[in-house]
Amino acid sequence: MENIIELNNVTKRFGGITALNKASLKVTKGEVVGLIGDNGAGKSTLIKTLVGVYSPDEGDILIRGKKINAWNALKARESGIETVFQDRALTPQQSIVKNIFMGKELRYPFGFIKEKEQIFEANRLIREIGFTSKLINAESPVGNLSGGERQGVAIARAIYNKAELIVLDEPTNNLSLNETQKVFDFVLNVKKSNRSVLFIGHNIYHVYDISDRFVILDRGEVVHQINKNDISTPEELMKLMRETIKEH
Amino acid sequence: MSKKNSYLSNYFHRNGRALGSIGYFVLLMVIFLIGAPEAWIRPNLHQSVFVMMPTLIFLTIPLVFLVASGEIDLSFASTYAVAAYVFALLVKNGVDPAICLVLGIFTGAAIGALVGTLIVVFRLSSLVASLGVLFLLRGVILLLSNSRSITIMEVENHWIYPLLVGNFYGFPMQIFWAAIFVIFCYYFFNKHVFGIHIQHVGDNSVSAEQMGINVNAVKIKAFMFVGVGAAIGGIFTTMITYTFFPTQGFGYLLLALAAVFVGGTPYWGGLGTIIGAVFGVGIIAYMEIGIIAIGWSGEWRQFFNGLIILLALLGHRLHGERVR
Repeated sequence: MENIIELNNVTKRFGGITALNKASLKVTKGEVVGLIGDNGAGKSTLIKTLVGVYSPDEGDILIRGKKINAWNALKARESGIETVFQDRALTPQQSIVKNIFMGKELRYPFGFIKEKEQIFEANRLIREIGFTSKLINAESPVGNLSGGERQGVAIARAIYNKAELIVLDEPTNNLSLNETQKVFDFVLNVKKSNRSVLFIGHNIYHVYDISDRFVILDRGEVVHQINKNDISTPEELMKLMRETIKEH
Repeated sequence: MSKKNSYLSNYFHRNGRALGSIGYFVLLMVIFLIGAPEAWIRPNLHQSVFVMMPTLIFLTIPLVFLVASGEIDLSFASTYAVAAYVFALLVKNGVDPAICLVLGIFTGAAIGALVGTLIVVFRLSSLVASLGVLFLLRGVILLLSNSRSITIMEVENHWIYPLLVGNFYGFPMQIFWAAIFVIFCYYFFNKHVFGIHIQHVGDNSVSAEQMGINVNAVKIKAFMFVGVGAAIGGIFTTMITYTFFPTQGFGYLLLALAAVFVGGTPYWGGLGTIIGAVFGVGIIAYMEIGIIAIGWSGEWRQFFNGLIILLALLGHRLHGERVR
């Protein structure tokens, strides 16, 4: 199977603190990887390094087997990696359409924006995501939206860009049951189209339900990786996680 | 509520601030018209406003970009004079004025780039750092020019003079250039990647960074644009008066800033309005000149300037607080 992205022995330090210590991780085409670990295990740092927000101090990042230098957020997006960040990475005073196309605007020559096309696409996307309120359209400001709706905008952005790999950082936080189900449906759809998902969460039941493989992180190190076929219940995964962390 | 309602509310979200400052402008006109109708219908009053407005527009509109990006710059009032100094000095030394113009504008861009880089790289407060640069550059000009002005009557005979600041059927040419500048900036701010990225950066720079926007580069470019605007304003004024004088531009510092905020651009970043700023400039320019024209003493000018800033802020408050 082709590796979409591969992190090899990546280390990231902040001042004197080693947030990631020789962490290695790969995501292959069409799989859903669940990244789990306690608070402070380094999940966020690993994700932000993977998607180019942080640049690693040591170690390599490979995209489809090819080593990439000077990794950054723009390169990650250009390589087909889209992220739904925990904070959703939205600009609340701007419209939904501007947020969906943030950083990847549809352009005419000389940098002018294809506004009509963007609005058309955004309206299509928010219907696809299932915005219930008729009052919301592509030109509504994001600041007027609820938490779940804002998550919808962040997901719409990832959908539009037809990413090869979608990274979801705690996507079900603060969402209602209905909204959580929508996120799950979305992940399954992505998988069905043979694209990949990296799912981060501390609700182990959520992660268990939709992942094909689990990566356990503790104190900045990848301590265990296991396929879903090798365990049978979320409780077993939880037990495994406790044990590996204790040993570690 | 109907769907129509949401389009209406979106329309006000986008244009409310511009409409607000247009409303203030109209109100001011009406007050002047009632207060001093005979002064108001005399064309020379409006002519003197038209002479002042272009310079203020070149200073104010780029500031809208910068304020929308979440920064502020005070040093433009000195950049204005540095660019004019470079222009006048080169013209005096026999360099072709067209080349001097280009070099003057480059000077403005370079100063903007330096100020921007200083603020962005060292994470300085743009208010305080640009205040420092404001004084520093003014000191440099006073030292270099020995506090002497430079007269450049020769510029009148060059082809750029009638083109840029000449007279076109009674209208000063700079009015047309300012109008072109406004139209260009309107599209640049609202329909171009540069303006859109500025709004994202000013709104939430962390989000913009996560989406792959180079936040520092966007901010530095905004500072450069302010430098370019200041340079154009300074050079135009020097050409109109045939004189560079070392204190020039200082008087525009507070007026241009007032025009930005009276025009409806909020101080907190992420939002801005070019059309609003044009009317902000109109309000400030008419206040400056109108008070005298209607026969009140100059002492009232500052009082009313202050009053209009406060009233405008209260009015724009109706558009609500910052949404997060």
